[in-house]
Amino acid sequence: MRYSALRILKEGLTGNRGWQPAWREPEPKPEYDIVIIGGGGHGLATAYYLAKEFGERNVAVLEKGWLGSGNIGRNTTIIRSNYLLEGNQPFYEFSLKLWEGLEQDFNYNAMVSQRGILNLCHSDPQRDAFVRRGNAMRLSGADAVILGPDEIRKMCPYLDHESARFPITGALWQPRGGTVRHDAVAWGYARGADRRGVDIVQNCEVTGFDIKDGRCLGVETTKGPIKAKKVAMCAAGSSSRVAALAGLRLPIESHVLQAFVSEGLKPVLPGVITFGAGHFYVSQSDKGGLVFGGDIDGYNTYAQRGNLPVVEDVCEGGMAIMPMIGRARLLRMWGGVMDMSMDGSPFIDRTHVEGLYLNAGWCYGGFKATPASGYCYAHLLASGQPHETARFFRLDRFRQGAMIDEKGVGAQPNLH
Amino acid sequence: MIIDHPLLGPRDAAEFVVLGDASLIDRPDGMTATVEEMHDYAYLRDNPAGDHRELWYHEQGDRSWLVVTRSTLTHEVIKVELARNVARAQGRSR
Ligand SMILES: Cc1cc2nc3c(=O)[nH]c(=O)nc-3n(C[C@H](O)[C@H](O)[C@H](O)COP(=O)(O)OP(=O)(O)OC[C@H]3O[C@@H](n4cnc5c(N)ncnc54)[C@H](O)[C@@H]3O)c2cc1C
Repeated sequence: MRYSALRILKEGLTGNRGWQPAWREPEPKPEYDIVIIGGGGHGLATAYYLAKEFGERNVAVLEKGWLGSGNIGRNTTIIRSNYLLEGNQPFYEFSLKLWEGLEQDFNYNAMVSQRGILNLCHSDPQRDAFVRRGNAMRLSGADAVILGPDEIRKMCPYLDHESARFPITGALWQPRGGTVRHDAVAWGYARGADRRGVDIVQNCEVTGFDIKDGRCLGVETTKGPIKAKKVAMCAAGSSSRVAALAGLRLPIESHVLQAFVSEGLKPVLPGVITFGAGHFYVSQSDKGGLVFGGDIDGYNTYAQRGNLPVVEDVCEGGMAIMPMIGRARLLRMWGGVMDMSMDGSPFIDRTHVEGLYLNAGWCYGGFKATPASGYCYAHLLASGQPHETARFFRLDRFRQGAMIDEKGVGAQPNLH
Repeated sequence: MIIDHPLLGPRDAAEFVVLGDASLIDRPDGMTATVEEMHDYAYLRDNPAGDHRELWYHEQGDRSWLVVTRSTLTHEVIKVELARNVARAQGRSR
């Protein structure tokens, strides 16, 4: 069923009796061409593009919980393409372009809202760094504007512009950045993939691999064994655990990132704002809640919750840059487990086991990557070749000395 | 989380900095190790779900390095040792 304004009108006049579930709930078949492990944003996007762009329709997505139970339903929904390095920026710009056409493409309202992202800077060197980054962004075809203090004051009068310690000296602004309704992204991709014949199997955990003579022949699951010509890992925060079932050790640690939402307020923030002197970022949801977050907790964890020191740290950052936030009451907070990689950048690659592929290491920035990650992974699975914009996301890049370390802090996952 | 420091007693985890897996103590000898050994040491991690031995540095305290055994599923701190004792027991230092 195609969604459209006409459809809503028709259903409204006929008692809304014609709506159908957005996807089927099939039992897994014994064999597929491609099995994707993990029904998060990336897994579902991969299935969607495999079916839509690469003609692969004999595909299953196996999800251990329900769709949206992982990070796709836990993130703070920011999209942007404001990276510096050649290995990253063209990929994220490709992703932003896909976001811009996504709702028409998969016929689902994902509330893509390009309300802009404002990265504040607080010293001259930081401003220089942002100018350099802005130039790198423009070289990749993205948009980037450097703003001065007066323009920022006009845009956001409530920030602490004159703070003695961290005065606002400027900002890198990307007008095309913004936010997207995260659950709708999962649902839209799921529906689009399902309509093209992909089986989405929920409550089906992968518990092992069938590997013979260095070749992956399928997976063991809580719903029995499933054969596959190709198996594509896409388990976000659980990548190390899933890969360990195939005997792989990854350049990844699992860490928790917390997020916070205030009570609903009248519209006050124009877009996304990030504090450049501490770790704090904030946007306002369409419901009015201030959605904010900061640093990861910093220790390995698989518990989907964090601890109080980071809560304090995030709130201090908020108070430092936007003192009015102290008047808002906190409504909810939660945590999500992410793959922090050794250089802060992701992997979309084959593994040394034939027929076994890996998509992982998205750290705290994988939501914005969802469309391009799915597209590029589908490209690799279908054609055997990396997509042009994802060709640096290799699993052996540490061996080759080809790290993509945006922050330049080395092999220390909790610092990225 | 509360870290029961062997010398100072229970301390707030916020006083510490976490380095990561305690296997980092076992650095291969740079003169004899193969590239492969060095790569695996520097870049690969077991990253288990369950008990994890890790290095914590008491930066806002006595600046000792500790080996903390902690569950990555519950955050429960199971055991705390001085890293120097662990390293010495493994023959890392004389
Ligand atoms: C608090 C928070 C805020 C964030 N904010 C942003 C942001 O503003 N912008 C941004 O770009 N990124 C953000 N991120 C990062 C982003 O959410 C993730 O990088 C991204 O969602 C990961 O990809 P995914 O959607 O496929 O993950 P997930 O939704 O986690 O999908 C992985 C799936 O694999 C399943 N799985 C695991 N093991 C198995 C198994 N053995 N068998 C079957 N299935 C399995 C899981 O159940 C899960 O559903 C944030 C993350 C967090 C936690």
